Amino acid sequence: MSDHPTSPSSFPSNPSGAAKNSLLKLDARTKKRNASEARFKAYGVGAIALGLFFLVALLTSIIGNGTPAFKQTFITIPIELTESKLDKSGVRDIDVMKKVTTFGYKPLVQSALVASLQEHGIENPFKKAADLGKLLSSSAPAQVRDVVLANPELIGQTIEFRLLAGSRVDGYFKGRVDRDALARDKNLDAEHLDIADAMVTAGLIDTKFNADFIFGADASESRPEQAGIGVSMVGSLFMMIVVLCLALPIGVAASIYLEEFAPQNKWTDLIEVNISNLAAVPSIVFGILGLAVFIQFAHLPQSAPLVGGLVLTLMTLPTIIISTRASLKAVPPSIRDAALGIGASKMQSVFHHVLPLAMPGILTGTIIGLAQALGETAPLLLIGMVGFIASNMPDGIASGFLDPNSAMPAQIYEWAKRADPAYYERAWGGIIILLGFLMTMNIIAVILRRRFERRW
Amino acid sequence: MPALWLFITVLVLGLAGFILGRARVMKDADGDIRKLHSLPNYYGSNVMLSAIIPSLGLLVLWLIVQPMIIQANVASHIPTENYADSGALNLLMSDVRRVADGLDIAVSQGALTPHAAQNLTGTDDVRGILGRLGVALGTDVEDDILTAAQEYRIKSNIGGWIMTVAVIAAAILGFAMALKVTNKDHRARNSVEKVVLALLIGAASLAVLTTVGIVFSLIFNTIEFFKLYPAADFFFGTTWAPSFGGGSELGILPLFWGTFYISIISLLVAVPIGLFAAVYLSEYAGPKTRGIAKPLLEVLAGIPTIVYGLFALLTVGPLLVGMFGKDGSFGVNWMQGGSAVITAGLVMGVMLIPFISSLSDDIINSVPQSMRDGSLGLGATKSETIKQVILPAALPGIVGAILLAASRAIGETMIVVLGAGAAARLSMNPFEAMTTVTTRIVSQLTGDADFSSPEALVAFALGMTLFVITLCLNIVALVIVRKYREQYD
Repeated sequence: MSDHPTSPSSFPSNPSGAAKNSLLKLDARTKKRNASEARFKAYGVGAIALGLFFLVALLTSIIGNGTPAFKQTFITIPIELTESKLDKSGVRDIDVMKKVTTFGYKPLVQSALVASLQEHGIENPFKKAADLGKLLSSSAPAQVRDVVLANPELIGQTIEFRLLAGSRVDGYFKGRVDRDALARDKNLDAEHLDIADAMVTAGLIDTKFNADFIFGADASESRPEQAGIGVSMVGSLFMMIVVLCLALPIGVAASIYLEEFAPQNKWTDLIEVNISNLAAVPSIVFGILGLAVFIQFAHLPQSAPLVGGLVLTLMTLPTIIISTRASLKAVPPSIRDAALGIGASKMQSVFHHVLPLAMPGILTGTIIGLAQALGETAPLLLIGMVGFIASNMPDGIASGFLDPNSAMPAQIYEWAKRADPAYYERAWGGIIILLGFLMTMNIIAVILRRRFERRW
Repeated sequence: MPALWLFITVLVLGLAGFILGRARVMKDADGDIRKLHSLPNYYGSNVMLSAIIPSLGLLVLWLIVQPMIIQANVASHIPTENYADSGALNLLMSDVRRVADGLDIAVSQGALTPHAAQNLTGTDDVRGILGRLGVALGTDVEDDILTAAQEYRIKSNIGGWIMTVAVIAAAILGFAMALKVTNKDHRARNSVEKVVLALLIGAASLAVLTTVGIVFSLIFNTIEFFKLYPAADFFFGTTWAPSFGGGSELGILPLFWGTFYISIISLLVAVPIGLFAAVYLSEYAGPKTRGIAKPLLEVLAGIPTIVYGLFALLTVGPLLVGMFGKDGSFGVNWMQGGSAVITAGLVMGVMLIPFISSLSDDIINSVPQSMRDGSLGLGATKSETIKQVILPAALPGIVGAILLAASRAIGETMIVVLGAGAAARLSMNPFEAMTTVTTRIVSQLTGDADFSSPEALVAFALGMTLFVITLCLNIVALVIVRKYREQYD
């Protein structure tokens, strides 16, 4: 602090006129210094404010763009399941019925839509039922077909179906699509939107929470309304199992050696330098390693969560080792001495006393490492976890590890690449789910630390 | 026997060893623990470890080595005139493996009898048979590939049987030998601890092994690339125009320029903000402000890069186009599309803020309090103290932090893949799309599985360059930081 008062206002100036060099009167130089002090402090506040502003902007952008993905527009119409079209033989033999493809169901669905518009007195300017059918998702016939194949006894009845609306109709109700934009769009016309508005009044269209987005599978490029993140979530889960099962034991073993047993020599130095360097190697280089070693050399299957897990394990190991070593170091030497003093071997003192005491810290570090691995994308691109449609849930444990699957961040990247606003919405929605997982993991880590951490 | 079952068998043997070993020593000591050298569990563990470890080691080794030997063996049966070079042979061998795997599936699903699978000839519709089972083959199967595949199957089959016998024999041998020496005077704890220590050393050495793996996987493919494409053209070429049809120009300079330009912009954003934030948090802020602002800033570091990539592509890019693009709010037409150097640079800068601020915060905090007190006591204001005493003292550490941040910026992938564009150009205009080393690695290596063309192999050369640059930056940064820390410890 300077000897001069920092704030001139706290010292009222002397009305009678003080001596020229009074300490109470700030000279020009002091004023300048104080101003520069205030300026410097303001820069600091500004920097923090800017940083927080970026955080808020990022989060607003994620939440604002992503929440619509959790809602979906559905069209509810009664469809008459005509026997003559769906099962000509009339014997309800599933294998015969399977021969009717979705193309056979399409006219049925479309004419049902036309009929239901007529019934509600909604004006329909389209001559062809197929044009009107663009209101529906192109997955609608498949949706009907699945129901029919599962319950053949429904044929001949008129059943009410809740079908997905097309992505642009969906976008219209979420404010993503408007009539001006449709002028340039060959998939949908403004008339469709008029019909859609009328259908809302008639209660045929509603927008509801969309569980399929969270639990469903990815869909092809033309059906964003059907795409979900569920399958890639399972892919991520299998990868995290691999990472946890390998990185935790190996990381803890390596840290125990380096912290408790390693002699001071060249080899130990080499290991330490390697670990700190690996922590800073770009993640894409680990992807190249995975491609060359696990896929090119060891011929493990491409796009398999097992390979992804192995690559992420190598990437996470340095993080886990660094945090484990820190928590081993935090256990006071008196614990070791006491154990050795009553006749435990060095190994016993470490495994029976030091390790259990360091466990909360180790788990915290492991969870944070897992969270980091869960969000990592770049290495997964190189081992082929993008560029295909992850549409099937794995059949079992082995297939979960070995069959091609995507992972959450890779799926988000895949959606972002498809250059369709409806898929962008899905990508933001996927990010909300991903961040939800990361936040939960970090909160668990913080709670673990608060609850079990011991101060010595 | 499949490897998984073999693994389980060995584990079961190990468990049995544990129980037997423990029981045997207890019997030897007439149930009196005091007569034993070690605790009874150590005797059990000793038997278990000597049954499991050598046999599992053998199993892993066998699984790695057997395919290599069989492949070399089978490859020698394919006439040399059928392939041009080693790359073509690799492709041929992957066909062979696929056909062999397909035949295995056919046999296991009962579509073919084992005998019929071995007697198929090129005239049979192998592709059709396998296609029905879900094994898609690109072309019809030629005669020698089929023969090679059958050869491959026979050899792997024999190899598999020998492996089963050898692994189980090793497990039983270890089991028996350990059980034989188990008596009450045997120093079981010492031998168990030796094994555990060896395992710990092995785990620690994995870090070295990973580095070696990275270096080897980069070096071999890079050498392969330089055989096909002159190194001088790669390092000094100013055009990047890969075409998988051949005749590509693969100069790295435009990629370097894009990488450095984006990194510089990101550092211009991150360094002032991060540094001022760190100074404020460590020197001015009270514990309350610090307790709120610091974790909030660090949230930025915990957000995955794919999120920043999407933020650049969909939020920042369009926003900047709205400002600097055609009909933008500034009335200039500088920016054609959302993907540009400035977009990626800005977003990457945001990502690096917490990185710089928390590293500098640590460093500023480690400047001894006596230096602050001395300066303040002489009448300097707080900001003068910071500018003239603390920052100079912390400078080496801060430089180290900036270098680490630069190495991150250079190696960052997702933000530039989504935000920077794909055009390789050497330009000074930050509003233009440019491309980076990492972006090109991704685009050269995704999709195409043929690793013998220079267009795919160039990715390994790019990766090598990236690895070397970031490694140098990291080492310099770590040395600086470490030296600085010692100064005040």
